[in-house]
Amino acid sequence: MAHFTKAKSLHDWLNQRLAIDTLRRVLATEYWIPKNINFLWAMGMVLAITFALLLVSGIFLLMYYQPNVDLAFDSVNYTIMQEVGYGWLWRHIHGVAASVVFLIIYIHMFTGIYYGSYKKGREMIWISGMLLFVAFSAEAFSGYMLPWGQMSYWAGMVITNLFSMGGLQLDGLVEWIRGDYIPAQAFLNRFFMLHVLLIPLAIIGLIVLHFGALRIPHVNNQDGEEIDFEAEAAKYKAGNKKESKVIAFVNDFMSKDMMVVSIYLIFFFYLVFYHYDFAMDPVNFDPADGLKTPTHIYPEWYFLWSYEILRPFSTNVGLIAFAFAQVIFFLLPFLDRSPNAVPASRRGLFKYWFWAMLIDMIILTGMGKLPPEGIFSTIGLYAALLFIGLWIVLPFITKFEKKV
Amino acid sequence: MKNSSRRGFMGKAFGAVAGVGAVASLYAMKRSWDPLPSVKAAGFTTLDMTAYKENELVVEKWRGKPIFVLKHSKEMIDTLDENKSQITGESLGEIDKKRLVKIGNDYFMVTIGLCTHLGCIPGYNPDEKSFLCACHGGLYDDTGMVTKSPPPRGLDIPPFRIDGMKLVLGEEGPEYKKMKETGITL
Amino acid sequence: MKELLILAVVTFFTLVTYYLVEPFAHSQMHKHFESDGFAYKDLPAVTKKGDASRGKDLVSACIGCHGIEVAGFQAPMDAVSAAATFGVNPPDLSNAGVVFDEKFLANLIKNPAHALMVEHKFDPAKGQMHPMSEYYATGDDKEQEVADIVAYLRSIAVKQEELTPKMAFETACGRCHAVNYGNWTQIGEKPKFKKKQDELAFETQLLDYQDYLAKYMGTLPPDLSMYIRSRGEHYIETFIENPQNYLKGTAMPRVGVSAESAEKVIEHLKDVGDSKRHERETVGKYVMIYMLIFAIFAILWKKEVWRDLH
Repeated sequence: MAHFTKAKSLHDWLNQRLAIDTLRRVLATEYWIPKNINFLWAMGMVLAITFALLLVSGIFLLMYYQPNVDLAFDSVNYTIMQEVGYGWLWRHIHGVAASVVFLIIYIHMFTGIYYGSYKKGREMIWISGMLLFVAFSAEAFSGYMLPWGQMSYWAGMVITNLFSMGGLQLDGLVEWIRGDYIPAQAFLNRFFMLHVLLIPLAIIGLIVLHFGALRIPHVNNQDGEEIDFEAEAAKYKAGNKKESKVIAFVNDFMSKDMMVVSIYLIFFFYLVFYHYDFAMDPVNFDPADGLKTPTHIYPEWYFLWSYEILRPFSTNVGLIAFAFAQVIFFLLPFLDRSPNAVPASRRGLFKYWFWAMLIDMIILTGMGKLPPEGIFSTIGLYAALLFIGLWIVLPFITKFEKKV
Repeated sequence: MKNSSRRGFMGKAFGAVAGVGAVASLYAMKRSWDPLPSVKAAGFTTLDMTAYKENELVVEKWRGKPIFVLKHSKEMIDTLDENKSQITGESLGEIDKKRLVKIGNDYFMVTIGLCTHLGCIPGYNPDEKSFLCACHGGLYDDTGMVTKSPPPRGLDIPPFRIDGMKLVLGEEGPEYKKMKETGITL
Repeated sequence: MKELLILAVVTFFTLVTYYLVEPFAHSQMHKHFESDGFAYKDLPAVTKKGDASRGKDLVSACIGCHGIEVAGFQAPMDAVSAAATFGVNPPDLSNAGVVFDEKFLANLIKNPAHALMVEHKFDPAKGQMHPMSEYYATGDDKEQEVADIVAYLRSIAVKQEELTPKMAFETACGRCHAVNYGNWTQIGEKPKFKKKQDELAFETQLLDYQDYLAKYMGTLPPDLSMYIRSRGEHYIETFIENPQNYLKGTAMPRVGVSAESAEKVIEHLKDVGDSKRHERETVGKYVMIYMLIFAIFAILWKKEVWRDLH
């Protein structure tokens, strides 16, 4: 047992037992971040804040939501939206945040791809981040079931049907996932559990892993420069803050984070109060009806690109393409064979690869929502083929990349 | 150092602004826990007082709580109980009626049927004309007055308003307000 | 400057994505119609000037099926029996004069199926008669008599400014559409029941009514509680003006409300489906002001901290 002395203060008492000074140093005041960064480096904090908003608003929704096929729709649209004091506010925050969180995730991901922040010891940051993306996707999908409107029901029907694996015809698996022949009470209850307990637990665990993965390789910087963190930290501590290439997480980096967060929150609350329709599909304000499919069904916007990769092909090919799209991003650190961990603008062909990938995914997103007819379906097909093609050529174009 | 104190100031100012926002959101959170309008609207029960029989306890429901309604017979009203008088020190004859609700020419005991000790429901014995709480042996008379401890006070009277031959529970009429002022009920 | 450029790039791609999945996708998926301002241009104008006192005698032709409560005429049948006979309960005409457009009313009395735009369902040649029969003139000037009836109905109705959104909704839509969140059923407001038997009796009546209605319309008209969110104001407005626009061949008749009444109907749908809209606007303003102040302080703090770093 360690040696304890009589504490001189509450701070000292806690410090002897929890080492709060050391924790503060390691996690905050002497956690070094490169100085050469831009606002895109604040997206992690923006995501953390958005997750907090989702958590708090979700807690209040949970107190009035009824996970019952007969009551769910009314508990959301009447009780929460019209009876509970500020219930509408929690719902609008929850709905808008659920949509906006994916916008930020995509910005965060493409920032990582552009600056090569998945390379040279940062692979685990990328992989844990991708796991978070998957967990958030599952969280978004399970949450979308809960209002039990037309889109909830039919999204539940279509997505669970994917698990029949096309030609394999695993209808038993689909029924097992639903606990019924159709999405019904058992389905709603289990997705409710997933949404409010299991997946949030996984997300919180993954966030810790994601932060932990960052601690040893440190955050990347705008020029992919390799920084001797110990030497630069010594300069900082000696008072040469202006010359040092690093800054402390608290307050230096945090103050910039908060500035970005504050501007983000203006945008966010504008959406919550004045422009929420994009995040809450009008069709989902019709109660679930198992005998009537809505004229147009489509996933929320953040799933559209992968949906469009599924759609233009025949069932089996589509499913394989879809599966490809789901896992391929995980492999990015290994498919990128280049030794350079620098911004895409300095990486030869990869520069074009990056912009082509970004634009292709936006096109897939746009086509994914449109009815699969005529020119839109053709564009969708070529965009899907381009997506697959881009990943196939990635190892080759990066292998021959010159070292900078 | 002048420089660092100024920096501290802005950091604190920002913290204060964020704190104001956090407190404001606490208000919204508090409001979310308030009883719903539909719960509040359902907080009124109207009783038709012509339907009750003498010395027969009827348990009604108001805001989810049991309400004892006991119509007093002439005999019950006329009974002068010396014990009660000794407990409160009031003159005989007065004591019975002041806890009762007069509707038309009849007197009713209308109380919340929860023992004021720890909230069990006392049972009525029509022969003894008394309420016994089985949990800890508290005893009340037929006006809801305590005759044996542990209950600290008589059975509580719900807010009521007399509307002809009807009694509206949940609203405060002048008769109820008077009871409250004179400390007959809480 | 570099940061602003990056911000511009991020904003650009965000907006392009938004444009594709929202305005563009919706323009491709949904037909769009503009309102005619409830002018009912396809119907001929009323040429004669009506006389309410003469109209008073002529409404005897109406009260065989319709009640006119303000004039002391009770409906000849209760709602369920009326639905059993006609398919739907004929409206009480007390406020018809203010809820419905004057020109529409006149045309309705002359030729119901035409004014209601349900001729595809009711073709006399095939023996499909509209339950409301055409008006047969007592004298030889049918135009004048119709104008008199309309004038009478307008004279007994409440004034436009006294017509509440709820009244407008009930007269115009409430016999076919329930509004659960407004406690409204097709046979009237759902009362509070003390006894389970009374409640079940009411439910049974309602189910009977809904069965007749569903048979008459082909399907039970939907509950409109959340239509303000699921369809939106513009759709509802242009839909009630001419249901055939969006749903060719629908059994839903053209309702024939005046422009003012249409506004009130929509107001009522907002009251039941989006009742917190005023609170949302007020709170929204305060939150936006607060966020601006929050941002200013955040920027000032950052400037101060970074003064030592650059």
